[in-house]
Formats: sequence, structure tokens, C-alpha cells
Amino acid sequence: MDARQFKGQALSWQVLSGVIELALHREPCNELGSVSLLELETFATALDDLEKDSHALILYSDLKCGFCAGADLRELYHQSQAMEKSQAAQGVRDFLQRIHCVLNRIDSSPLTTIAAVHGVTFGGGLELALVCDLVIADKMARFCFPELRLGLIPGFGGIPRLKRDLGNAVVRDLLLTGRSFNATKAQQVGLVSQVVAEGEALRAARATAGQIGKFDRQTSAAAKQFIKPIPTDELRQEIDIFCELFSRPAVQSGLKKFVESTTLQPYLP
Amino acid sequence: METAEKTLDEILTLAAGHFKVPREKLSPDEDFFKALGIDSLQTLDLLTKLENHFRVELPDYELQGVTDFRTLAARIQARL
Repeated sequence: MDARQFKGQALSWQVLSGVIELALHREPCNELGSVSLLELETFATALDDLEKDSHALILYSDLKCGFCAGADLRELYHQSQAMEKSQAAQGVRDFLQRIHCVLNRIDSSPLTTIAAVHGVTFGGGLELALVCDLVIADKMARFCFPELRLGLIPGFGGIPRLKRDLGNAVVRDLLLTGRSFNATKAQQVGLVSQVVAEGEALRAARATAGQIGKFDRQTSAAAKQFIKPIPTDELRQEIDIFCELFSRPAVQSGLKKFVESTTLQPYLP
Repeated sequence: METAEKTLDEILTLAAGHFKVPREKLSPDEDFFKALGIDSLQTLDLLTKLENHFRVELPDYELQGVTDFRTLAARIQARL
């Protein structure tokens, strides 16, 4: 297999002029489930080779609805219903540990990483963007941690990474109210570094990656390592708290309500 | 300072343009989910469009239970 390109069910990547472009394209809105995780793991493995002659990585979505709507709650619910309670809890823990491995790998990559986002960037989607060094958003992007609506906390490393990057006031507002921010607000609070016109995020990310390519790779990697430590202990704690909450009946009924919702408003608080 | 009526009118025009619905088919007291044929993700799109246009921040929980353009306009007007 040529590691320089891949076309999967949930994502694809290619390398163009030293820039790895990872595109998400799983309908309806890039929900992260077992297929996405498997392909992200394939990517994380390929990254060892890809990094050798690249200087930047861009993550973006090919879908109109947005960057990513978060974890695949339908799959999570149906899989957990099909298992014994203890088996389901272990399944969730395994899934979280695997996705943490992938996200930690991207977070700690020596490449400069850029998330080019538009539309819905919710829950696990926001957590995926947060592993990147830079977030470039088009002005229609929207950010949210809706997990508390289901009786959960973000489980893909969102809280420790948000806390690493932003002030606690913003972390608490996003987390505890479950409300969404637009790109302008996200830039004001430091979550996003550039806001661009609708449909321009990928172009801006490519221009930024081009600029990054002018610098010595080793220096860029050293600067990144210095400024962006992986919050390892907190990431482990997050998995424990998530798993503890997940086993409560309230979460199962919250998930059931979401999955079986016939209203048009499952993404509104 | 925008008047409530002007805010309402701008919302109807923006919504019509964004979701490609004839402006004249939208009325202030109509259920915008039905009138525009939108789901919750598209509603967030509308919210972003309105926030950008009016340069306001409108937490989405303030829209809980809001289904008509007139009440939506009042929520935005309260933040102008």
C-alpha cells in the first residue's frame, strides 16, 4: 500500500507539496464511530512514514454540513444495548483508549497541524480540531460541547485540551451550558486563530501550511513541543470519569432519547 | 439602533435568501422549521448567519422553544 494516499469509507488522505491533507467524508456529518476510528488508526500508523517528508497536516471535511458532529451516538447506543452492562462499559473504555491513542499521536506530531473547519464542529468534532496546533474557521463554523445534555462529559480529550489552550472561564461556559459558539466568538476566546469567509477555510489552511514550509522543520517541532505539552494525566482521568458516568441509567435514557428522536431538533439544547 | 420591525424584516429576508425560499412565502408568526423545511443542524446555520449579520452573540439555549420568526426577532433585538 502507498502510505502517501488512502481512500477509506470515513476519511481519505493525500500528500501535496509536503502537506498531508486528511479529509473527512462520512455521511451524514462525519460522526466518529468504529469505522472512523479504524481508519484514523490506519492514518496514525501511516503518519510515521508520512512525517518523514512532510511539514504540515491539514484536517478538513468534504461534507457541506460541517467539520464533524462528534461521536456516533447511534452506534454507541445500539452497541451498548446489545451487550451486558459490564461488557458495554469495557467496550466504551476500549473505544476511548483507542481514540485517545490516535488523537495523542496527532497532537504530538512534529508536523504543524491545522484544522480547517466549517459548519458543525461539535463534541468529538471539536475535540478532533483541538488536537491541531491551529484552527482556521470559516465564518459559518459553530463549536459546542453538547455532552452534558446526555449526562456525559466530552470523552475524546476535549476538556484537558481546551483547558490547556484557553482560560477556564471559557472551558466552563462551553462545558457547563452546552451552548454553541460561532467562529467570531471562538476567535475572541482564542479557540480559533483565523476566521475566513464562507468556504475559504481550506484555502487559508493551505496558504498557512505553505508559510510553515518555509521554516526549518526541527525548529518548528521544538517550538511546538515546548508550547504544547500533552496533558497525559488529565486525559486518563477524563476516560475514568466518562466511563463512570456512562454506566448510569440516565445516560442510557439520554442516548435513547437522542437516537429515537423524531423531532427536528436533536442538536439544539 | 434597529427597530423590532426592521430586525424582523431582515431576519425574514436573510432566512429566505439562505434557504432559498421565496421571501413573500414567509410570515412573522410562522413556524420557521416548517416554513424553511430545516432540521436542527440547519437551524444552527441560521443562528450563525443571524449572529454574523447582527453582530450579536445569541446562546442557543435562549432559542429553546422558539419556533416563530417574531419571537426569534425579539430574542435578537434584546441583544442589540
